[in-house]
Amino acid sequence: MTLINFVEIGISVLLILLAFLAINSKTLIKSVMFLSSLSMLAVIGFVLLKAPDVAVTEAVIGSGLVTSLFVFTLLAVRKVGKKA
Amino acid sequence: MLQYAAIVLIMLGLYGLLTQRNIIKIIISLNIMEIGLNLFIVSVGYVEGGIAPILTSVNNSSSLVFVDPLPQALVLTAIVIGVGTTALGLALAKNIYQKYGTFEIDEMGEE
Amino acid sequence: MKNFLALLLTLFLGYMIMTSLAANDLFPDQGAADVTTRVSQKYIDRSVNGDVGEVIFGQATNLESGPANIVTAIVADYRSFDTLGEVTVLFVSSLGVALLLGGPKQKRLELNFHPNFMLRVGSRALFGIILMTGIYIAIHGHLTPGGGFPGGTMIASSMLLLYLADDEFRAKIKGFKMLESAAGSAYVLIGLAGLFLGSYFLENLLGNGILGDLLSAGMIPIIYVLIGLKVGSEISGVIDNFLTEEGV
Repeated sequence: MTLINFVEIGISVLLILLAFLAINSKTLIKSVMFLSSLSMLAVIGFVLLKAPDVAVTEAVIGSGLVTSLFVFTLLAVRKVGKKA
Repeated sequence: MLQYAAIVLIMLGLYGLLTQRNIIKIIISLNIMEIGLNLFIVSVGYVEGGIAPILTSVNNSSSLVFVDPLPQALVLTAIVIGVGTTALGLALAKNIYQKYGTFEIDEMGEE
Repeated sequence: MKNFLALLLTLFLGYMIMTSLAANDLFPDQGAADVTTRVSQKYIDRSVNGDVGEVIFGQATNLESGPANIVTAIVADYRSFDTLGEVTVLFVSSLGVALLLGGPKQKRLELNFHPNFMLRVGSRALFGIILMTGIYIAIHGHLTPGGGFPGGTMIASSMLLLYLADDEFRAKIKGFKMLESAAGSAYVLIGLAGLFLGSYFLENLLGNGILGDLLSAGMIPIIYVLIGLKVGSEISGVIDNFLTEEGV
């Protein structure tokens, strides 16, 4: 067992834990944040699997852009709720 | 090890898709399933001790042992299309909220 | 009861995946893959049209596909037609978002917070750096990890930063639409040029040069820069649609 193996096991456990939390948390914004950190951990997984192209793309798109789209949707909706 | 984590992620995404009644949660479940699937496809091409599929001045010959580049190219495509579907789903969710005032599927249609 | 049924179905799916993976040559255990028996070995050796021997960084010339990054060679050269389809899918999805969220009278969404002085100045400073990084990644797609898709998205994130820094800011969305259609048409025109001047759609007409130089790989840097511009302007349009609402 080398250090890389321990890192891999730790990341696997954290991935599953974060996915469970993202599905089961009560508030929507917390779910979105857990999804964002899940993407960020998946980036480390891609680097461990020797896929730097996929890692760069996932870091920019999965962790940055998709999260901002979710947050914008929630922001717009909360404002609509206040008006009504 | 990461391969089994990816399979569990696919299962968790399907479970969320079947049990959640909130539109945003359903889109989040789809995203989790997508991440799991991408990890699984990339892990299929992983070679123990292989190097990343880029020729550099250090790894300068095609006779070295590289990781399989084809699954990575396919996943690159899949991630970008995933953004497109997520954006379209969120736009639909925003329109649904403007009509019904809620994200919960069970509370719709009672106006 | 419903949750229990869903759990049962999920466990059944997991069991099926695990059984199908046992003793399967196509999906081996992690790390046990053998690339030499797969078609990917031909992409690594650049030997689809015939064996050319060992490919050396900085020396090999006149290969059938020039990029040093093998993933780029697959995405933008061997399977460039797939990428054209992918760009089309992204275009259709941005069109759908514009159709669902756009309207004749649009105004900027009012956020609950107002940017203070530090946020404004910091965002202006970071805007240039992120834009330059995005362009760098798109231009060096054939040598380093990255390419047109992450580069274009980075350009769009710099626009997103400007949206957050200024309450009143709206991008010149008409210019972005022009840029997007111009880049997409140029991609198709390059393909048609290959069809008419050469022998097949999206043929690489320019010389490949020495593997590893910045000006190498023929059409591929041009195609990746076009993809970067197209993706960047498309995603900027999507962000603009998400940050506007029906006006008065």
